[in-house]
Amino acid sequence: MSVELQHAPVGGPPMVPSRHRVVAVTRELADTVTFELEPIDRALDPPEPGQFNMVYAFGQGEVPISVSGDPARGDTVVHTVRSVGATTQALCALGPGEVVGLRGPYGRGWDVERARGRDVVVIGGGIGFAPLRPIIYRILEDRQAYGRVNVLVGARSPETLLYRAELEEWRSRSDLSVEVTVDRAGPDWRGDVGVVTALITRATIDPAGTVAFLCGPEIMMRFAANTLTGRGVSPGDIEVSLERNMKCAVAQCGHCQLGPIFVCREGPVGTWERLQPLLAVRGL
Amino acid sequence: MKGIRELLAEHPVFADLPEGDLDLIAGCGVNVHFDEGEQIFEEGGPADTFYVIRHGRVALDVHAPGRGSLVVATLRDGDVVGWSWLFPPYRWSLGARATAETSAIALDGACLRGKCDDDTALGYRLMQRFARIAQERLLQTRLQLLDVYGNPVGDGHVG
Repeated sequence: MSVELQHAPVGGPPMVPSRHRVVAVTRELADTVTFELEPIDRALDPPEPGQFNMVYAFGQGEVPISVSGDPARGDTVVHTVRSVGATTQALCALGPGEVVGLRGPYGRGWDVERARGRDVVVIGGGIGFAPLRPIIYRILEDRQAYGRVNVLVGARSPETLLYRAELEEWRSRSDLSVEVTVDRAGPDWRGDVGVVTALITRATIDPAGTVAFLCGPEIMMRFAANTLTGRGVSPGDIEVSLERNMKCAVAQCGHCQLGPIFVCREGPVGTWERLQPLLAVRGL
Repeated sequence: MKGIRELLAEHPVFADLPEGDLDLIAGCGVNVHFDEGEQIFEEGGPADTFYVIRHGRVALDVHAPGRGSLVVATLRDGDVVGWSWLFPPYRWSLGARATAETSAIALDGACLRGKCDDDTALGYRLMQRFARIAQERLLQTRLQLLDVYGNPVGDGHVG
């Protein structure tokens, strides 16, 4: 039986998942998997970098996962998932041919357009590097439209470094500066050891002409943003992605509420200028 | 070819010191070069010299029996290697090894301590700079210890 694909209408059924089939699985780390999905009955709208989908492991549960693939590839959707709970554990166990539900894309993503003609700093920590990867793809598709591009990556150890082969490939390019640091390493590691803020201090940037994109643990983003502002980057030119407890993804349930905003709708990406005061409130 | 004083004046740690201070400090310094893999100093050894890196990369390490040298931090251009020369008993608490070809200015700790004793204003300014470096390294170490990239609990986040 052939099934004709169609895009979900804008404003279409926001809570109804569309079945997607796993067409490729890449084991990134012991607990982290990247899988590529193709629609079975209904294709979602193409995501913007930084947007997320609700990914439903049938019979198990649903989780918000950022898109980690190339936004120019509209035929499939790519997600990178770390196993941290029952649902993500089920997702990480999926093999090719198996089916999940997807709804989305949701939220406000990275404003990559505003970086055109300016320098870019991409700062990722741990699994937080996954939602940043589409920014790099988009910049590389139109590389001459951007100034100097610094990609700064922090990880717990060399063994937990995401997309290691791709980082090496990017590092070999003359039009990208890629720096990686880890919190701890054995004697075989030839790279940097230390926190990602040290990479920011060393990076060659023009603060007034720089747009920064940050994603990682909130503590890391806070210190990284402070280091950037300390170097003169405007808080309005720093975008961060929040990890909040999103359940419905359509600003109804309130699980992801951060003060006056619903992170699923107004986020997950926002400027440091807007979010820093909220993140400074304990308990929010 | 630039002299030690000019090189120090270009280094971020010393750049804004008064001219007289730079002259005094430069009198304790010499240019040095380390090959990749060369041990600069050993953990527990006498801390009689410290280094300001001009170009290169240095790993600070600690020896763990059965596990070899474990790197706790790496330093690069513009960084200072070592402050144990400032405080008794003047012994290195970590080792340092060049992990790339490294050019540095080596400064004689005893020479500089003597000049700081004679000129307490110089000593104060220098101490401010080293306290700042120590503060930054302490904060970085604390962040490393927090293990912020460790596994979160539950599925409620965006992966």
